[in-house]
Amino acid sequence: MPHRTFIWFILPSALAMLIFIALPIVSILVQSLFVENERVLVTVENCGPFGCQKEVRVDAQATAALQREHPLGRFNGLGTYGNRSHLAFSEIAAIWNARPTLAGFLSEVMTLPFYRALAFTLAYTAVVTPLVIALGFFIALAVDALPRMVKGPVIFMSLLPMMITPLIGSLVLFWMIDSNGIIGASIQALANDPSLSLKASATLAWITLFVYGIWHSAPFAFVVFYAGLQTVPQDTMESAMIDGASRWERVRYVVLPHLSPLVVFVALIQLMDNFRVFEPIVGFSAQANATSLSFNIYNDLRSTGTPLFGSAAATSVLTLAGVALLLTPVLVRTWRDFKRSR
Amino acid sequence: MKTIYGFAMAASALALSTGSAFAGCGIDKGSVRILSNDFPALQEVVAAASKCAGDGVTVTKNLTTEHEQLMVPALSANPSEYTSVFVATSSIQPLVANSLIRPLDDYVATYGKGIADKQKISIGGKVMAIAFDANAQHLFYRADILEEAGVEPPKTYEEMLAAAEAIRGKGLMQYPIAGTYKAGWNLAEEFVNMYIGFGGAFFEPGSAKPAIDNEKGVAALEMMKKLSAYMNPDFLTFDSNSVQAEFEAGNAALSNFWGSRYGAVIDDQGSTEKITSEIKIGPAPTVGGGSIPATTLWWDGFTVARNISDEDAAATFQALTHGASAEMANAHTNDAVWLIDGYEPGVEAEVVLKTLSMGGKTYPAGPYMGLMHTALGNEIVSFMQGKENAEKALADTEAAYTAAAKEQGYL
Repeated sequence: MPHRTFIWFILPSALAMLIFIALPIVSILVQSLFVENERVLVTVENCGPFGCQKEVRVDAQATAALQREHPLGRFNGLGTYGNRSHLAFSEIAAIWNARPTLAGFLSEVMTLPFYRALAFTLAYTAVVTPLVIALGFFIALAVDALPRMVKGPVIFMSLLPMMITPLIGSLVLFWMIDSNGIIGASIQALANDPSLSLKASATLAWITLFVYGIWHSAPFAFVVFYAGLQTVPQDTMESAMIDGASRWERVRYVVLPHLSPLVVFVALIQLMDNFRVFEPIVGFSAQANATSLSFNIYNDLRSTGTPLFGSAAATSVLTLAGVALLLTPVLVRTWRDFKRSR
Repeated sequence: MKTIYGFAMAASALALSTGSAFAGCGIDKGSVRILSNDFPALQEVVAAASKCAGDGVTVTKNLTTEHEQLMVPALSANPSEYTSVFVATSSIQPLVANSLIRPLDDYVATYGKGIADKQKISIGGKVMAIAFDANAQHLFYRADILEEAGVEPPKTYEEMLAAAEAIRGKGLMQYPIAGTYKAGWNLAEEFVNMYIGFGGAFFEPGSAKPAIDNEKGVAALEMMKKLSAYMNPDFLTFDSNSVQAEFEAGNAALSNFWGSRYGAVIDDQGSTEKITSEIKIGPAPTVGGGSIPATTLWWDGFTVARNISDEDAAATFQALTHGASAEMANAHTNDAVWLIDGYEPGVEAEVVLKTLSMGGKTYPAGPYMGLMHTALGNEIVSFMQGKENAEKALADTEAAYTAAAKEQGYL
């Protein structure tokens, strides 16, 4: 394709990407460097149904005047990135000096909001991504081996978890694992422990979220691999059979190499998806035991009367950096393959 | 502005005298657009105000639990999306801080003859909102279970612990206490209640510097921890809906729970007569030998937006005053503790009034209290799980609050 044609061909997508992806990223980058203007405080007498009292208030006019002067707020440089809600450099240094043992150091670092969230986010990504790929692959193999008659209904059923809105899916499971719910009560009966709760212990809550993540995403991997299985060259398969390869050997030496580009694709998508895990934490009311980077952003924007835009923007930038780091090995590999095939 | 009111008055007087009906609110034109939270008391006020719609007057409404997220952007626009936002003790803060609502003194003088003084929420000498109901967490208990266990309804948290132990000891219930201890806003609210019961203050006087890392804070946390030992192990996921369900299912005997839920707990849905007839209420318990109930008092009320025409503002004020009338209150006595004069208080109201007369404190709604509340909701969780001690949890809360307050320009 001549370069000119190529540029015209790609221009609409490039424009859309600039407006919907690049500009918002620039915007959060800028936002993360600023904090709100100083609030001018005054003490006034306030009265209501329960009596009067002297209270501190924001002087709205004086604050608005400051706001007009500096609409973006005060420049804070990288200060927000280093504060306690994010990378917490000074807190970490203090803990390092106070705690001689590594275990003690780590457990204390895990009480800092960013690292607590990062730990769960990484664990979730590391556990869910490979298991989704493996489970999706095995479901695809199993479905592919089914007789034609039942294939349609089975595929439909297997896709159901992906069709359910994540928040609804997690809420449904949340009620099922309640100690009065069908799964929760069964587990208590099986373990013969009436106080066993999947919601109360951190370990069990993490496992519950992992299981939910695998349940929800496996159909995606399945459907991609199932499509791939339809393109496995039949003559290679037949010659393998003639050579006496077992079913496992055919999967290992013919099917898997054929599907490897798809594995890379699913891994890429899943890494990105899992790194921004969010809905199950809300659905499972799991914030006591597990928070993620996305949950921290949500928390900054939602749970105070006035949103912490700078803080949320800084976490967003750190999330972006995290995704970029995670994807680098996969992207490097794709690039090498691309160079080789030229 | 005065002339416009005069004109509006004259017009409405004319309208009345000529006998043309404007659905009985005395408004001749204007647009009323309401944004509100969604629970029974507010639904009743909005429904009554909606009756003012008619010739030339339109009333639209958006009742949603997401109102706090919508209100600041919606009112910042000019003209703003809504002419009124229903607010509570804490949610009025961002509207005042950003100067998005207008003072109501002139409207009260012109149209608000029936508004009682206790309804006027005045900030720095100006009426900024009209409150119509009061809410507080107070004691809910199962009279039959307490009797069987041989204990009186507790007046202090120490008695509540003893009662819970007696109930458990007799094998009546494994988890007799329920509480809205869900990590986040709910858990923080419980700490606020308990800390106030111990007589604590959240900030250094006249400044935004946090002041919770003290003996009272530790005592409040320790008491919450002791209570949680008698709660369902999932207590960190329990919000108001869960606690209501626990009461209705007969799984809980004691709770410091929202008064506004009383009507819903004892109604004929979700439970049996045998259980609901035994659910009684009393003032919130005191704690640590103090005399102040360990709870906070809340109000709900309406405001009028700044960025709207004076005509719409007048129409809004009149329609909502009509909505929050004694007539409406008396038709729905069980839905709320109305602050409206001429309302015959029910059993629920008596309890809230008793809490007030015992010296109950209002929720400490300063401009930066929201940041403190959020920090508490995130940082005391580890303590409740037994992962760290109370001093560490309070120090962490102060650190988290300080980081947020610096970013917001308060420190």
